[in-house]
Amino acid sequence: MSAPAPTPSLTVGPFFHGIVRPGANVLVGPQTRGERIRIEGCVYDGDRAPVTDAMVEIWQANAAGRYRHPLDERPVPLDPAFIGFGRSATEEAGAFWFETVRPGPVPFRGDTLQAAHINVAVSARGVLDHLFTRLYFEDDAATAADPILRLVPPARRATLLARRLPSDGTALYRFDIVLQGDGETVFFEL
Amino acid sequence: MSSTRRDPATYPPYFYEAYRATVRRSPRHPPVRLPVTLSELTGPGPAVSQVSTEDADLTRNMGTGEEAIGERMIVVGRVTDHRDEPIAGALVEVWQANAAGRYRHKVDQHGAPLDPNFLGWGRCLTNADGVYRFVTIRPGAYPWENHPNAWRPPHIHFSLLGPAWGSRLITQMFFPGDPLLALDPIFNAVPAPARERLVAHYAHDVTQPGYALGYRFDVVLVGPRATPAEPFEASARDRQ
Ligand SMILES: [Fe+3]
Repeated sequence: MSAPAPTPSLTVGPFFHGIVRPGANVLVGPQTRGERIRIEGCVYDGDRAPVTDAMVEIWQANAAGRYRHPLDERPVPLDPAFIGFGRSATEEAGAFWFETVRPGPVPFRGDTLQAAHINVAVSARGVLDHLFTRLYFEDDAATAADPILRLVPPARRATLLARRLPSDGTALYRFDIVLQGDGETVFFEL
Repeated sequence: MSSTRRDPATYPPYFYEAYRATVRRSPRHPPVRLPVTLSELTGPGPAVSQVSTEDADLTRNMGTGEEAIGERMIVVGRVTDHRDEPIAGALVEVWQANAAGRYRHKVDQHGAPLDPNFLGWGRCLTNADGVYRFVTIRPGAYPWENHPNAWRPPHIHFSLLGPAWGSRLITQMFFPGDPLLALDPIFNAVPAPARERLVAHYAHDVTQPGYALGYRFDVVLVGPRATPAEPFEASARDRQ
C-alpha cells in the first residue's frame, strides 16, 4: 500500500481569533513551579510594518526541562500545573506576549544538552504555512554553545535571541519576529 | 518516500505573487534544516487534548438556545500520519463564515448579515480511530480585497494539533464542484496535484435523513523527519 499523501497547509487568514481563547498566552498558574518570565515582541513584515493579524504559538519544557508528552520518558519531574503550550494573537501594533516559566534544558544527542529554548510557530494572513522558529535567552551562558544555534549562520543567530529588558519582579524578555528582509528571523525546516 | 515538511509537491510556496499578502510576508532566506530533537517530536497535542472541552456543534454553540441559519452539514474525517496510522486525541479546531459569508470578527467589513445564533468556531478531539466530526452550516462565499472582484470560495479553516510540534497543520477545506476554486489565489497557491486533497467529498453515508448533508475531509499529518538515521526516541531511552 502506498503512503497516504500529506494534506497541504494554507494560511490561517485574518479571522482565526475564535481559537485564541482568553488567557491562552498565560501558561502559568499559582501552583506552577519555576522562575516566571514574560516575553514580549512584535511581528513585522518586509517593510517593517507591524503584522496585526498573526498568531504566535509556543511549546516548551517545564522549569525542570521536561516536556509534557509521552515521548519524554526521562526521570525529570513533570509539573502538574504546567502544560507548556501558549497562543497569542498580535494586536494593533503587531504585539504579542506570553507569561510562562523559564524552561529547563532538554537533551540533544547522547549526553549533550540543548540550551534552554522555546519552540515558536508563527501563522498569519499571507503566510501559507506556519513558520517554525526558536527563542533562546541571550543572557543564558549555555546559549552560545547550543548545537542547533550553531547550525545557523553566525550573522543571523541574533534573530533567535530574546533580550533581557529591565523590569520589576518578573524577568522580561523582548523577542521580535521579522518575516522578511533586514533582520529576517531564522526559520527552521523540521 | 518523503515525509518531510515543505515538500514542494505538497506545500504552497511562501511567496505566491497572486496572493498579494505573501509579497511582504514571505521569508527571503531558505529555512535552516533542523536535526529532529525532543523539542520537535513532542508537542502539545496529547496535553491539550486532556483539557479540551467538546464544542463540535456549530449550529448551536453560540449558546442562545436558537439554531444558526443555513444549510446544515456534517463534516467527518479521519486524521492519520504518513503511515496511515490513525491519530487519536488530536485537537481539531475549525472556524468559518456564516451562511451569508460573514465572519463574527471585528475586521470583517463584508456587508452581509451576521447571524445572532452563529458563533463560527468549534473544536473537537479525534477518537480512537482518528475520526473527528462537526455539525455546522455550509459557509457562504465572501469578497476580499486581493484583486478586483475577488471572492473566496466557501471554505472551513482547520487547525490540527497532533502528537508532535513538527506535525502541526493549519489548512482550509473546500467544497467539490465550486466554480470559484479556479479563481482563488489561495487555493491555487497549493501545487496542482495536491489541491484535490483540500476538497471535501460529498458522503451520502454521512448524510442524515431529514437533517443534514454529509461531507468527508480526511487529513494526513506529516513531520517532523523521524528517520532511522535519527533515532531520537531510542537515544532518549538509553540514557535512563
Ligand atoms: Fe476564511
